[in-house]
Amino acid sequence: MTPAQPLLALQGLTRRYAGLVAVDTVDMQVQPGGVHAVIGPNGAGKTTLFNMVSGLVVPSAGRIALNGQDVTALAPDRRAALGLGRTFQNIRVFAGMTVLENALTGLHARLHAGLLSTVLRLPRFRLEERAAVEQARAALDLVGLAGKADWRAGALSYGDQRRLEIARAMAPNPRLLLLDEPAAGMNPAETESLATLIRSLRGRTTVLLVEHDMGFVMDISDRVTVLNFGRLIYEGAPAQVRSEPAVIEAYLGHKVAARLAAGAKAGVRGAG
Amino acid sequence: MPTWLDDLLYAYQNVIHALGVNGLLALSMYVVLAVGQLSLGQAAFMGLGAYSSALMTLKLKLPFLLVLPLSVVVPVAFALAIGVPTLRLAGVYLAIATIGLGEVLRALYLNLDITGGALGLSGIPERAETWMIYGLLGAAILALWLVGRSGVGRAMEAMREDETAAQVMGVPIRRYKMGALLASAVLAGLAGCLSAHVSSFIGPNEYGFEPAVTILSYVLLGGLGTPLAPVLGAWVLTLLPELLRGFSDIRLVLNGVIIVLAVLFLPGGILPVRMRRRAA
Repeated sequence: MTPAQPLLALQGLTRRYAGLVAVDTVDMQVQPGGVHAVIGPNGAGKTTLFNMVSGLVVPSAGRIALNGQDVTALAPDRRAALGLGRTFQNIRVFAGMTVLENALTGLHARLHAGLLSTVLRLPRFRLEERAAVEQARAALDLVGLAGKADWRAGALSYGDQRRLEIARAMAPNPRLLLLDEPAAGMNPAETESLATLIRSLRGRTTVLLVEHDMGFVMDISDRVTVLNFGRLIYEGAPAQVRSEPAVIEAYLGHKVAARLAAGAKAGVRGAG
Repeated sequence: MPTWLDDLLYAYQNVIHALGVNGLLALSMYVVLAVGQLSLGQAAFMGLGAYSSALMTLKLKLPFLLVLPLSVVVPVAFALAIGVPTLRLAGVYLAIATIGLGEVLRALYLNLDITGGALGLSGIPERAETWMIYGLLGAAILALWLVGRSGVGRAMEAMREDETAAQVMGVPIRRYKMGALLASAVLAGLAGCLSAHVSSFIGPNEYGFEPAVTILSYVLLGGLGTPLAPVLGAWVLTLLPELLRGFSDIRLVLNGVIIVLAVLFLPGGILPVRMRRRAA
């Protein structure tokens, strides 16, 4: 039996900066469906990895394939057209535009009417625009912002702006959705409702997320990849990650890891 | 037409022509700022339009109705040539590069025989009519308005707000930047041709650094909300020196003070209305 084609395949992906290897020959695959998390301590290279996948950072070496197609040399807008969506760690909604216009911008790659028919509002454009508005409203509905479609995006609360970013990325029904620290800066209640939202994306798209909040990750992920100093040190189911010595060492240092390992041998259960 | 109106139009025809031409220049600045590009090559495009069209009239004896559309050819070719390398630059670096290119052209006009050196070109027949200037200005406002309210305008506004986010959402930002630069070259080239054919004289210093900044100030004052805003800004700044003539010596100081105050207290311009987009 041949394994299903991975939705995203990274091969030897590397990014060097002067005197620093931010991401070091990472091989990784994301299978279609479900939620895949990338975790790791600060500076592990998670965001650099994301930026390479979405095309904002050019890899120093390695290949990126989306659904079997090599996209390593493609500009971000071309990758968006191939079904890649993302949100940002620091919120980047278009603050001066309305909530609906934000979601419609997410559909830009799906609009095919030419400049002339767009500008003169010919029937083809009207048809397309109407469908786009419907799709954008559906995306807003998904994140619970349908009632605020005419608000100025900058007037939304922090949590709602994060939701809007997800709606904007989800509007074109991407195959792969990258969420860059979606729970950053959220209080526990907001984090909980975000977890519910991400769970509801299951079946609509495949989610690849970067996150610091471990409880959140364990709660919603099907698979976890751990990075440390740019290297992939572990990949597996969330339940096993906690007991993996390499991961504990990356997070807590080798002394604690050694003590925990010794404790485990003596029959004492490790904390957490 | 009543005699008094005729007299008025005649007496003020220089101002009336300048209002129309500067309106076109303001729009040529507006199109690049609308996609978030601080590109200051408008005076250079204008100069290329002015010199190339003046030469077509003087040397090739072409009729004006042919010269006017052909006046965009050289500016557009120049925009295509500089677009590829300069659009990789951002912010103030792009501004410096485009100002530098303008200065290179000014040095060329000064030193080439065909452009008349420091003396410029004179004796250009005054063939541009007021209706042509305002017809083109009206057409440009309408075209930019239609683009602005469409999905293309939405993507342009997104680029202006956050270029990276817009690109990740699928907006082909390089194509949009190039399109804006070409539109800017067309508008400034036409403005250059029209101004050359109403003033009968052009010289190298009309297209250097100072006019480049003046054109920018039109849009700073007017705002970016709709295409009407920069035109209004151009009109205020064109009329101000005329209205302040009574203050003779301190006229330019007052002019500068008004611009500074406007930038400080009207960050959205004097017409900060946002374009409404009907959602289908």
